Amino acid sequence: MMMIVRCWRPVSGSMKSLSSSSRSLWVNCAAWNKRHMSTHVTIPPPARYGGRHIVTLIPGDGIGPELADHVQKLFRFCCVPVDFEVVTVDSTMASEDDISNAIVAVRRNGVALKGNIDTNHNLPPSHKSRNNLLRTRLDLYANVVHCQSVPGVRTRHRNVDIMIIRENTEGEYSSLEHENIPGVVECLKIITRKKSLRIADYAFRTAREKGRRRVTAVHKANIIKLGDGLFLECCKEVASGYPEISFDTMIVDNTTMQLVSRPQQFDVMIMPNLYGNVVSNVCTGLVGGPGLVPGANYAEDYAVFEMGTRNTGKSIANCNTANPTAMLLASCLLLDHLKLHAYASMIRGAVLSTITDTQLHTADLGGKGSTSDVVQSIMSAIQSTGPHTLGAYNKHIL
Amino acid sequence: MASHSAVLSVSRFMSPFWGGHLGNTVKVFGTTLTSHRTKVTLTRENIPPPAKYGGRHTVTLIPGDGIGPELLNHVREVFRFSCVPVDFEVVHVNSALETDDDMNNAITAIRRNGVALKGNIETKHTLPPSVKSRNNVLRTSLDLFANVMHCQSLPGVQTRHKNIDIMIIRENTEGEYSSLEHESVSGVVECLKIITRNNSLRIADYAFRLAREQGRQRVTAVHKANIMKLGDGLFLQCCREVASGYPDITFDSMIVDNTTMQLVSKPQQFDVMVMPNLYGNVVSNVCAGLVGGPGLVPGANYGQVYAVFETATRNTGKSIADRNIANPTAMLLASCMMLDHLKLNGYASLIRNAVLTTMNETRLHTADLGGQGTTSEVVQSVMRVIQSKGQLISEL
Repeated sequence: MMMIVRCWRPVSGSMKSLSSSSRSLWVNCAAWNKRHMSTHVTIPPPARYGGRHIVTLIPGDGIGPELADHVQKLFRFCCVPVDFEVVTVDSTMASEDDISNAIVAVRRNGVALKGNIDTNHNLPPSHKSRNNLLRTRLDLYANVVHCQSVPGVRTRHRNVDIMIIRENTEGEYSSLEHENIPGVVECLKIITRKKSLRIADYAFRTAREKGRRRVTAVHKANIIKLGDGLFLECCKEVASGYPEISFDTMIVDNTTMQLVSRPQQFDVMIMPNLYGNVVSNVCTGLVGGPGLVPGANYAEDYAVFEMGTRNTGKSIANCNTANPTAMLLASCLLLDHLKLHAYASMIRGAVLSTITDTQLHTADLGGKGSTSDVVQSIMSAIQSTGPHTLGAYNKHIL
Repeated sequence: MASHSAVLSVSRFMSPFWGGHLGNTVKVFGTTLTSHRTKVTLTRENIPPPAKYGGRHTVTLIPGDGIGPELLNHVREVFRFSCVPVDFEVVHVNSALETDDDMNNAITAIRRNGVALKGNIETKHTLPPSVKSRNNVLRTSLDLFANVMHCQSLPGVQTRHKNIDIMIIRENTEGEYSSLEHESVSGVVECLKIITRNNSLRIADYAFRLAREQGRQRVTAVHKANIMKLGDGLFLQCCREVASGYPDITFDSMIVDNTTMQLVSKPQQFDVMVMPNLYGNVVSNVCAGLVGGPGLVPGANYGQVYAVFETATRNTGKSIADRNIANPTAMLLASCMMLDHLKLNGYASLIRNAVLTTMNETRLHTADLGGQGTTSEVVQSVMRVIQSKGQLISEL
């Protein structure tokens, strides 16, 4: 009896958000359907004023500001037609003004590059994670992390090439928790049909575009039968519309075990929020660590790029030892999104050649290089390939 | 059964009001019949071993599905061969049936005997969601609150990481595995993850006591409190409270995503890890993968009064069932843990040494370790090693 009574209470908490969302669903149904049909590549790129794009830059905390700085330097050096609108978010403040400003800026520009914003544990639980707020308010529903073995980095596993697509707005990260009885906390994990269909559709479309063969759904439906059961059902429905792509499922514990023994068997993986967090961190660890993998968050209309494993890196902040690769590759993803493919390939090629050819590694990869050394090396690589850069004259003022 | 579970769930809610004592009394009254087992003592060493009738213990055996039946047969073979004074009471659980009768019988048998050895019972996805996972029902009904898994690198098994020695203590009864879900609005499912102060304190206490007993230096709590502030925040708080009572042991905490990343790059840094249910599932599987796979690691589930032993990663192994290629090591080591629990330490070391000798010296590996051996060959080799030790054996 008490169990049934207890179940009603969390419903009242989330019903408000549900009823408002269902109302907006009715209103926006037609528009949503139309938008749902399009792929993210047919969204027109953000407006260019005078041929230059404006991108929001949120430096964040820890190593974020220094890496964002390097990105800006590098873009200036390569004459990339991108201007950054810097919006700082103070993670120590309890008010949400900073993050609201940042969100408005991202809405205005359509694209952002961000460092991770620290979540202070000493503030009360009503103070939500700023990164999470940004993702939910902008409805950045798809988090894409592409883990590839880099030739120049020695790891225990070779030939890893896994694309992880993670639902980014619901699941365990709904931040809906309450303590009805002291000492008993209930955390709600929400899985909805609409969002599961959306992320599954995104995954299969992306797999098709990139020519991938196999999509694996990661779940725990033997225990969380309704929740992950619904997620699986939605994936299966979408899979039936893509007969050329093989679809299978795997329970999350078996997945993590397979990942550490034989990661080469995985191609594209799709999963709810928390499993996505764990699996993407495992895969990042397999290919060489958090300094190497970029991540992208996509919505219907916005895109935010950041490091794949969202680390603040407080312990190595301002020591000039952070690995800039992840942030620079994220900025290349940004350039690809803005259709500036030539600049993207140029910078990406230079970054990879620095890691692979010159073997200039930072401390996290076991080397002795500093962040600025790596960035200088990248700039030299770009200069040597010939395209127009700000010459030696300007280097010293950057 | 329903009323009993209601008693347990009521006790969980009542105990915060009336302190731990009433809650414990309610639990004990509901769960045990024999008086000697009401001695709720702290370490598992002080619980008197189950009654020996005629000097022989009776242990419940649940074969389960997949590779469970064949592996447990091998365990019985080895026990008979080594003249271990343990009799098995076999209870079958049919995972295809919707009724709970089978499971109730198994639970009653475990209550009667106090100790069990089990294979994994399959959870069929075709049955309606009201049919809960049988393994989960067993764990919650018997209140097996601690799942202990010890991952150690074995010298004879080639892995990418060496010198791993991690003890994972996982809360086994609440968290994401509460099986409380509902679909109040069609298309929207809410799953409840429950974290309680009582259970968190209990598992933290267990972890620190175990660390002290085993002479471990460091306990790491794994959580996601930056997102689940109240839930995992409560868990962390309880761990810190308990840690303050163990100044000789270092305590730190790590977020689960960072933990998994560190595990695949530098697993040697971890010593004892304590965590809620779901993270425990993931982390224990990662560690099992690091030391050589699911065929090597045994797991134990401890309650105040009962203990159930099984393979650590709880695989059914349907695809390799009845093909004589499964690795019996995990199940045999689990049976050794069971013998240690029954204070038959002599037999436990005998069988454990034989298994490890087979693994490390003769290098007889099954297919999951990249070898060519069959299950029966490995078991034969284990028995040969036992025979060579010169102890009393029975002719098969």
